[in-house]
Amino acid sequence: MKKFKLGKNMKDNIITYGIVIIAYVIMQILVSTGHVSSLMQGLLVPLCVYVILAVSLNLTVGILGELSLGHAGFMCVGAFAGAFFSKCMKNVITFGLLRFVLAILIGALAAGIIGFLIGMPVLRLRGDYLAIVTLAFGEIIKNVINVLYIGKDSRGLHFSTKDSLSLGLEPEGDVIINGAQGITGTPKDSTFTIGVILIILTLIIVLNLIHSRDGRAIMSIRDNLIAAESIGINITKYKLMAFSISAALAGVAGVLYSHNLNSLMATPKNFGYNMSIMILVFVVLGGIGNIRGSIISAVVLTLLPELLRGLSNYRMLIYSIVLIVMMLFNWSPKLIDLRKRYSLKRLLKRTREVQ
Amino acid sequence: MAALLEVKNLGISFGGLRAVDDFEISIKKGQLYGLIGPNGAGKTTIFNLLTGVYKPSEGVISLEGNNITGLKTIEINKAGIARTFQNIRLFKDLSVLDNVKAGLHNHYKYSTLEGILRLPNYFKMEKAMNEKAMELLKVFELEGEADYLAANLPYGKQRKLEIARALATEPRLLLLDEPAAGMNPNETMELMDTIRFVRDNFDMTILLIEHDMKLVSGICEELTVLNFGRILSQGKTSRVLNDPQVITAYLGE
Ligand SMILES: Nc1ncnc2c1ncn2[C@@H]1O[C@H](COP(=O)(O)OP(=O)(O)OP(=O)(O)O)[C@@H](O)[C@H]1O
Ligand SMILES: [Mg+2]
Repeated sequence: MKKFKLGKNMKDNIITYGIVIIAYVIMQILVSTGHVSSLMQGLLVPLCVYVILAVSLNLTVGILGELSLGHAGFMCVGAFAGAFFSKCMKNVITFGLLRFVLAILIGALAAGIIGFLIGMPVLRLRGDYLAIVTLAFGEIIKNVINVLYIGKDSRGLHFSTKDSLSLGLEPEGDVIINGAQGITGTPKDSTFTIGVILIILTLIIVLNLIHSRDGRAIMSIRDNLIAAESIGINITKYKLMAFSISAALAGVAGVLYSHNLNSLMATPKNFGYNMSIMILVFVVLGGIGNIRGSIISAVVLTLLPELLRGLSNYRMLIYSIVLIVMMLFNWSPKLIDLRKRYSLKRLLKRTREVQ
Repeated sequence: MAALLEVKNLGISFGGLRAVDDFEISIKKGQLYGLIGPNGAGKTTIFNLLTGVYKPSEGVISLEGNNITGLKTIEINKAGIARTFQNIRLFKDLSVLDNVKAGLHNHYKYSTLEGILRLPNYFKMEKAMNEKAMELLKVFELEGEADYLAANLPYGKQRKLEIARALATEPRLLLLDEPAAGMNPNETMELMDTIRFVRDNFDMTILLIEHDMKLVSGICEELTVLNFGRILSQGKTSRVLNDPQVITAYLGE
């Protein structure tokens, strides 16, 4: 009985990891045999970024049960922290992989700390304040970065919020963050393979957290806060834990994103409100609390517009139909019933019974 | 012998409403104690005061001689009071087993890192938790439904699961808010046996709110009757149930 229980979670998780690995292998084969357009190849790293974003947001929305409308803001923090580090260390640490691993850790740490600082006052409150505060944070962080100038020369780092001239750099000094122009010349360390490895690491962290003592505490708060308190669970601690980890993982996605670009700027397009909402759409359509669903919906909804490019005018029409179908598939009670009745597992069982 | 729970002069007002006034109670270790009274008398409010959901306007609550007045809910649980709720509050999207394991939270610990990295301590503690939780589920004949979602249990079993979860926190004092509400007479009879079993085998002290007079007179040794937030009668069950004031309050004028 007990064994079976542990086994069930494990089996479920293995299927999730399996899907990711199989998709990766198929993609690699297609790329190496030249079946993938260069446009599509350019989409592979962003795809990994979106998957990590969706999975990590699901930790806040689905597992903790709090609404966050600023997930792109944490991605932005990670992107800039990681790119800043890599550019500073470009000539110091020449071993690219090591530098990138450190950049990822720094991006995760930076976003995690910001998440912690935002969560600390807000998650103590009872009510849906997190949505409003994260929404504001997402908008503010872009503007802060757009007026930030940081340079480096032999005397060390220089900061300014006016322009790059007022940094007073030595002639051979280097402007690292140049206000609205952001960071240019980040080493292009991101690859599809590293992206997939980061997806798997994200999955390990999120899935193992969910199926542990801490995960149970987090979900018990989601299901019934008053009851969770009554059995001695520290509400604020576990809310903060889930939210900070979620933010840190968004930071990882940000680092992956920024090391895929030559020039990184904080614009409404990449780190704005629309982006946060898009990630939320991935989570909602994939099923709130359903980690595998987040992965699939992030992939489908990112690839679809590209795959449908040939259909020009009908593209957005088909895209919206797919959105609606996915929503029905995941949320309509009748369809959920139907899905359970005709699920692969049950069909397999039935054929076995027949034999 | 000192009482396990000692409450003196407890009171709370909501705006102009005096919901509980000058309440006192003294419960000895191992007792099965009943709190009864008409709808709106203030029974649930007293549970909320005892567990720190509401802060009392005045009064002192002490558990095993320690003053616990004004502590937070989680501190009160750690001090040794666990409860169930009148309107069931289960973790409905967790399995029955996980509901009980959530109750074990403060007694079987491993770190977040040990959980994420699946270090040996994780497996050791989870195994111990599974065994302990199954043991508790057996007491309430829920072991067969361990893998069900809590929301999918029938009503009566949900009430039992709430008691199992509360017991998992290893309390000194167990507060049950209308444990038989919504149960049929057969289920109620079974529940009476289970409550007695819990008292005897877990060394538990139990304070319960109940409207079902058969249950109350069947298992409670002492009673407190509450009416409009004040104590109407208090003492041995047989004496209290024959108190003319109590009879009037229950039957109306
Ligand atoms: N948070 C609150 N704010 C305002 N009034 C409250 C609050 N909680 C309880 N009350 C009031 O206090 C009184 C006592 O309520 P309580 O829930 O304790 O009654 P009860 O004895 O448990 O009744 P029942 O048998 O119906 O459960 C009621 O008049 C109720 O409306
Ligand atoms: Mg009540």
